[in-house]
Amino acid sequence: MLELIVGTLLICGAVFVLLSSIGLIRMPDLFMRMSSTTKAVTLGVGFILIGSAVFFNETGITARAFVIILFLFITAPIGAHMIGRAAYFDKVPLWKETKTDELKGKYNENDHRLNS
Amino acid sequence: MILENIISYIVLPLLGLSLFFVFVRILIGPSIEDRIIALDVLTSIGIAFLSVYSVQSNNPLFLDIGIILGIISFLSTVAFSHYLERKSKKC
Repeated sequence: MLELIVGTLLICGAVFVLLSSIGLIRMPDLFMRMSSTTKAVTLGVGFILIGSAVFFNETGITARAFVIILFLFITAPIGAHMIGRAAYFDKVPLWKETKTDELKGKYNENDHRLNS
Repeated sequence: MILENIISYIVLPLLGLSLFFVFVRILIGPSIEDRIIALDVLTSIGIAFLSVYSVQSNNPLFLDIGIILGIISFLSTVAFSHYLERKSKKC
């Protein structure tokens, strides 16, 4: 029974990781790629870590797995924000069918400050 | 026994296939930010691989390496994006 629960968690995590890597290779734009990878990879790795914590069933291992999950959940949005900011100021091209670019013209091009 | 079969025939091939896709994105990525994102994802899949391998070999020591990999991945992402943004500043 425990093996089936652990196997289901591991398969869920691996499927989420695979879906996000397919999104990484198929999406047309840097920012769409970033939104696909940042969310789905974190969820998949979280599933796999919970599966290993259930498998070992000890307090120390569970604490380690939850520390890794917490660290990923904190750092993934920060990293994505910094990469997205650098990419926007570096003028990475948007997708050619993008309708609106709400940040356009609202920041100072020299020192990267918002005009709000 | 069921768990070993699940890991060997389903989980590890799926993770390996996703590693291949991410590596293709590193090779063909048009801008340098694409490559940085792909590197970040590569490290996250590495953490998943280590966790699955610790289940398979019944040795929980590999989870510690996952913590260190996560810290290094976050630091490298922040450093790369900081220097990229400073490059595009004019003053």
